[in-house]
Amino acid sequence: MLKLNINGRPHQVDVEADTPLLWVLRDQLQLLGTKYGCGVGECGACTVHVDGEATRSCITPVSAVLGKKVRTIEGLAGKKALHPVQRAWIAHEVPQCGYCQPGMIMAAAALLEKNPKPSAAQIDAAMDNLCRCGTHQRVREAMAALASGEPSGGGRHGS
Amino acid sequence: MEASRRNFLKATLVLGGGLCLEFSFPLAAKTAAQAAPTEVSAWILIHPDDRVVVRIARSEMGQGTFTALAQLVAEELDCDWDRVSAEFASPNESLRRNRPWGPMLTGGSLGVRSSQDYVRRAGGAARAMLVAAAAARWQVDAAACSVERGVIRHAASKRSLRYGEVAAEAARLAPPSEVKLHEPKDWKIAGKSQHRFDIPDKVLGKPVFGVDAALPGMVHASIAQCPVFGGRLERVDSSAVDQLRGVKKVVRAGDFVAVIADSWWRADQALQKLKIEWDFGEYATASDASIMAMLREGLADDKLPQAKKSGDGASALASAARTLQAEYFSPYINHATMEPQTCTAWFKNDGTLELWTSTQDGEASLATAAKTAGLPPEKVEVHKMMLGGGFGRRGGSQDFVVQGVTIARALPGVPVKLMWSRAEDMQHGFYRPASLVRMTAGLDAEGRLIAMHSVIACPSILKVLMPEAMKTPIDFTAVRTLSDMPYNVPHQQVDYAQRNGHVPVGFWRAPGQQNAYYRECFIDEVAHATGKDPLALRLELLAPGDKNRAVLEAAAWAAAWSKPAAAGRHRGIAVSDGFGSYTAMVIEVSVSAKGEVKVHRAILAIDSGHVVNPDTCRAQAEGNIAFMLGATFHQENTVKDGRIVESNFHQFHLLGLGEMPQVEVLLVPSGGFWGGHGEPGALCVAPALCNAIFAATGRRIRSLPLKHHELRPA
Repeated sequence: MLKLNINGRPHQVDVEADTPLLWVLRDQLQLLGTKYGCGVGECGACTVHVDGEATRSCITPVSAVLGKKVRTIEGLAGKKALHPVQRAWIAHEVPQCGYCQPGMIMAAAALLEKNPKPSAAQIDAAMDNLCRCGTHQRVREAMAALASGEPSGGGRHGS
Repeated sequence: MEASRRNFLKATLVLGGGLCLEFSFPLAAKTAAQAAPTEVSAWILIHPDDRVVVRIARSEMGQGTFTALAQLVAEELDCDWDRVSAEFASPNESLRRNRPWGPMLTGGSLGVRSSQDYVRRAGGAARAMLVAAAAARWQVDAAACSVERGVIRHAASKRSLRYGEVAAEAARLAPPSEVKLHEPKDWKIAGKSQHRFDIPDKVLGKPVFGVDAALPGMVHASIAQCPVFGGRLERVDSSAVDQLRGVKKVVRAGDFVAVIADSWWRADQALQKLKIEWDFGEYATASDASIMAMLREGLADDKLPQAKKSGDGASALASAARTLQAEYFSPYINHATMEPQTCTAWFKNDGTLELWTSTQDGEASLATAAKTAGLPPEKVEVHKMMLGGGFGRRGGSQDFVVQGVTIARALPGVPVKLMWSRAEDMQHGFYRPASLVRMTAGLDAEGRLIAMHSVIACPSILKVLMPEAMKTPIDFTAVRTLSDMPYNVPHQQVDYAQRNGHVPVGFWRAPGQQNAYYRECFIDEVAHATGKDPLALRLELLAPGDKNRAVLEAAAWAAAWSKPAAAGRHRGIAVSDGFGSYTAMVIEVSVSAKGEVKVHRAILAIDSGHVVNPDTCRAQAEGNIAFMLGATFHQENTVKDGRIVESNFHQFHLLGLGEMPQVEVLLVPSGGFWGGHGEPGALCVAPALCNAIFAATGRRIRSLPLKHHELRPA
């Protein structure tokens, strides 16, 4: 049995130590928000936080997170309020199909925790998650609003 | 906007409020405390507390139809938009009730435009029934009653009733024979930017997608299909995996083998350990070169059917003072939806079959599942899940359903979730067709374009996916935009060489869009050859009143086309109608001395007649531009030894965040018709970009993707 700490809760799973964290989350723990997109760390749909670092869970063996704190999209919001990135994503209507967005949001949250006011260039460089629908413009808008400290990340429906 | 602000507040309060999408997982217990809603009509459920649920027949893949159709229903229902939610209509129920919701196919940018009339009538009919029920209770004339936000009032007696109070009585009334629809100019709910219903759940990571199906006792399957299209499975040695932990079964069928295990990872690991022998079939030596030779042979065929002939056709070229000729090529491109193909199937012990899948056509999924399982369709139910991208991949081809059902049949009574690996998804698509086109323009002594002859060699999508729709040798998706040019050219001819090859082709966002690239770049060549401004030439060729003119002028105005571009910047322009809408685009680039292209701005003007949700339409425009910039710069699927070479995103680049230009969208609806938004925004991207690169470098880009071209200024 491997002992994990996910979203502040202890879990025990009976899997091979080289099982990628992604599949422990999805198939063992039914935490289905974290997505499979490529399996090779290219697309970022599987991004979670491991001790606060944005981490591609599809290429992270579960053995590498023992004793560490894992946070998934399900654990991002507080008990009473959404995370500011989630609020901004809603206000800017960022998602289209939405499949890549949990990973995108986790990458955004990790970036902002390290650097609350990233420049446009820093946002472009740090956010290398892939999106097929083409939400790029709104990811940038939502991030720019968060970086500028707008309460609830501004929004598109103000007029 | 007040209503939108309230919806935003509503959206941010979803946390703790439960799913606003009602997917029917057996484990997802619905709250029993809520009283059952009344089905006023097939489209509309009303709860005693006035909450309205609108049933939606079309699929949701991020294009916003799930919300836009509800807006149209609510608009005519005159209910309180803040209390409206939506759910998918059931394909099985549709079958049993004689299709009260019409077709479920979601493609061709048709979701709103082809159902707007009957969904609005459904809203208006329900409103009339609710008013009639209130009037009957009060024993007054229904015409003396008014409705505002779901409250019916009789002014003379100062009485009022809420929709939730009369829904049960209304449901017993016959719908009115005639419904008068609101004029679009009077719209209160439609025509406004409303927050999409599906976004909060997606931002929270709720399990809304096909791959998120989770059922009691469910097991997982990973699949390997014959690497060469058309090949078969010969034999499989599974001795290395039969005893592996978690492995339940190895399923052999036709052109694939799948492993079922207790997690997808274990299934996929076992799959990699199988010793599989394939019969690669007759296409094992096919390559890019053989495909190009096939297309080139098509261009050389002198007995091709004509998709269009006007005036004297190609023979008019003989009398031209001058001719121009160019050949253009586009590669195969995969849809590469971020969610791979997936299907969960469960042969239940009561003899029924249930599916959970990401499909663009719930009815086709049901029919395919019934046929594959050998069950009467009435015994099959399909739960339509949110799609992790569609772009045409999950409609006409229901290959994932055939496989999901075939695999699950090996374990009766157990739900089996099939998900493709990325490599399977990349190498077993229904690709945008590769095509090769030769265009010849004839100019008179004054340099006027008098004749145009196009020869198109392109695989037929309809032949693969809808052979019954091929009534002539012409596949309209392969010839359109050239065969129906808005330009006034007196002598035109379009010949079509159907050359299919072995690579499956399919409806890829804006099918036939390659022809917009060819036509609009070739028109640019004509402008350059005759010393005309590319905008001026287009306007010269378009009739007064043609809606293509208005969008061209709008895009050119926004780009300040009449003034020189900023230093170091260069612009390209293109126009194309398609999918019911009219679009024009100006793209502005700079090109470094090393040949690096930076796209600074993309301006899209679009006239779709009416606009139901402006913000969603803008999002579709932005998405189309990112999608097509990625395709134009980077994407192709190449063929070697009969199989697709690219296996993952390292060989198939999507547009990076840093590559995205500033997008400006001009919604210029002129009224009187209904056009689409899911695809039209794709049409002008490649030509506007390539024309801008020509303006910057003097280099004509006659084949894609751009990554193969030297782009240093010539």
